[in-house]
Amino acid sequence: MANRLTAALRHSWDSDVAWSFRHSPYAIAAAVAFLLCVGSAVFAPWIAPHNPFDLAQLDLSNSLKPPAWLDGGDAAFPLGTDDQGRDILSTILFGARISLLVGICSVLFSMALGVSLGLLAGYLGGKTDAFIMRVADVQLSFPAILIALLIDGVARALLPGAHDSMAFYVLVLSIGVSGWVQYARTVRGSTLVEKGKEYVQAARLFGIHPLAIMGRHVLPNVLGPVLVIATIHIATAIITEATLSFLGVGVPPTEPSLGTLIRVGNDFLFSGEWWVTLFPGVALVVMVLAINLLGDWLRDALNPRLRT
Amino acid sequence: MPAFIIRRFLQAIVVMLVVALVAFSLFQYVGDPVQLMMGQFATPDDRIRLTHELGLDRPFYVQFYHFVVNAVHGQFGVSLRIGKPVSVLLAQRIPATLELSICAALLALAVGIPAGVYTGLRPNSWLARAILSLSLLGVSLPTFLIGILLILVFAVKLGWLPAFGRGDVVPLGWWTTGLLTRSGLASLILPTITLGLFQLTLIMRLVRSEMLEVLRTDYIKFARARGLTDRAINFGHALKNTLVPVITITGLQLGSIIAFSIITEQVFQWPGMGLLFIQAVSYVDIPVMSAYLCLIALVFVTINLIVDLLYYVVDPRLRIDRPGAAPR
Repeated sequence: MANRLTAALRHSWDSDVAWSFRHSPYAIAAAVAFLLCVGSAVFAPWIAPHNPFDLAQLDLSNSLKPPAWLDGGDAAFPLGTDDQGRDILSTILFGARISLLVGICSVLFSMALGVSLGLLAGYLGGKTDAFIMRVADVQLSFPAILIALLIDGVARALLPGAHDSMAFYVLVLSIGVSGWVQYARTVRGSTLVEKGKEYVQAARLFGIHPLAIMGRHVLPNVLGPVLVIATIHIATAIITEATLSFLGVGVPPTEPSLGTLIRVGNDFLFSGEWWVTLFPGVALVVMVLAINLLGDWLRDALNPRLRT
Repeated sequence: MPAFIIRRFLQAIVVMLVVALVAFSLFQYVGDPVQLMMGQFATPDDRIRLTHELGLDRPFYVQFYHFVVNAVHGQFGVSLRIGKPVSVLLAQRIPATLELSICAALLALAVGIPAGVYTGLRPNSWLARAILSLSLLGVSLPTFLIGILLILVFAVKLGWLPAFGRGDVVPLGWWTTGLLTRSGLASLILPTITLGLFQLTLIMRLVRSEMLEVLRTDYIKFARARGLTDRAINFGHALKNTLVPVITITGLQLGSIIAFSIITEQVFQWPGMGLLFIQAVSYVDIPVMSAYLCLIALVFVTINLIVDLLYYVVDPRLRIDRPGAAPR
C-alpha cells in the first residue's frame, strides 16, 4: 500500500506537473503565500510576539491600541490590540492555526466518509448504490452551510452543558458531513470504470474479500481526482468554519479562530477600531485565495492526464 | 410522464418527512415540558395526569403523527425565548427576508448576465481579464466579510448608508415593505450587494462559459457566413441559447440565497427569518429552530421539484433518459 502510494505520488509529481508549476507565476505566488500561512500557523507559539492566551501577559491599559504606524500606536503591537489588550498579530497567528486545523480535519473527515461511501456505492451497486446516491442527491440540493448549521444546532441541543469543550469536534463533524457528497460522486464514477478492468476481475477470481479489493486495488486508482477536490475543499471548509464562528456557533472566544476574531472585532467597528476586525479578515482572505489559486492550478495541471 | 412526476413528488414528501423527523426529535432531547410546567410542588399524580393530557405518554409514532399534522397546519408551538407562537414570529419575519433575497437575485441577474456576455464575447480584452480576476477574489471573500467591509467603508467611514436594520417600513395588509420609504431603500442597498455578490460571480462565470461554448458551434459560424450583424448573432442566437441553464441555476440558487441570507441578516441585523433562526440556535430555542428547518426545507424541496419538472418540459431528451439521478 505504502509503495503504491509513493509510486502514485511520484507519478503525479512527474516532470509535467513540475514544469507547469515552474511556469505559472500565480501558482508559485500562491504556494509561497500558502506555505507562509501554514508555517506561521504551525509555529505560532514560537514566532508570535505575545501569547494572547496567557492572562498574566495581558494588560488592560494596552487595550484597543491602533496599529503601530498610526498615532498612539505601540511598536510592541504591530497591528494594534483588541479590547482585552491582546496583540492582534498574535491572535491572528493563533487563530489561523485553529482555522487551518478545523479546515484540514473536516476535509479529511469528508474525504474518508465520501471516499468509502463512493467506493461502496460504485463497487457493490444495486440497492446500496441507489440508497447512497439518493441521500447524496437530497443533500446536494441543500447548501452546505445550512447542513453544517443544522448539525451544529442539533449538537448544541444534545450537549447543552458540554458544548464549549466539544466545539472543535462538533465543527469538524458538521463541516465534514456537509461536504462528503462531492467525493462520493467522483469516487463512485471512477470505481464504476475500474470495476470492469481485468485486475479487479483477477482479484475477485483469487477470492479476495470485496473490502480488500476496494481498499487495496481500487482505491489507489481512484484517488487522483479526490486529491484535487480536497485542495479546493480546504478553502471552502475554512470559509464555512469562519462563517459558523462568525455566526456565533463555532469555536468559543476563549480559543478563537479567524472567524471568531472577526466576530469579536465586528463589535468595535462603529466606535472606529477597525483594525480589530480588518486584519483577521485580510488574513482569512489571503489564506483562502492562496488555496483556491493552488487548487485551480492543480486541477488544470492534472487535467490533461486525467483525460488520457 | 405521470410516473416521473409522481415519483419526484413522492421523493419530495419523503425528504420533508425526514426533515420533520429531525425537527421533531430535537424536542425529544431537550428539557422535560412536564417539569417546566408543573414547578416543584407537583405530586406524582398531577405529573402523570399532565403527561397524559399533553399526550407525552403515547408511543413515538403517534406523537410524530400529531407533530406532522400540526406542522402542516403551521403550528409549531411557542418560542421558548420570546414567548409568542412561532407561526406568528415567522410570519412577521418573512417579508424582510423575501424582499432582501429577491432584490439580491435581481441584482445578480442584472449585473451578472451582461458581465458574463461581455467576458464571453471578448475573452482576451483587459477589462474581461480584470472582471475575471475580481470574480476569483469575490469567490474567496466570505459573505460576512464582504458585509463588514461594506459597512466599514460606506457606513462608518463615509456615512452614506445605514449599517443595520430595515429603516422605516410600510404595512401592506400582513406584509410589511421597506421599498416605499427613503430610509427603507437606503438600508436595503448594502445587504443586497452583500447577499447578491456571490451569486453574481456565479452567474457571470456560468454565462461566460456557456457563451464561449455556444460561439464555437456550427450554427453561429453559419449565421456569420450569412452575413448577419454581430448584434443579431450575439444576442439573437448566442445569448438566447445560453439562457436555459442560467434560468435553472438561478431558480436553484434562489433557495440558497434565502439560506445564505442568514449570514447577511446577522451582519446587518436585518430583522428576517435568518436572524430569528441564528438567535434560536444560540439560545437552543427548539420550536423556532424546528419551524425554520421545516420551512426552509419546504422552500428547497418545492424549488427543486419545479426545476425538475421544468427540465422535463424544456428538454425532451430527459423523457427517454434516466429519470433516477437529479439533473445537475
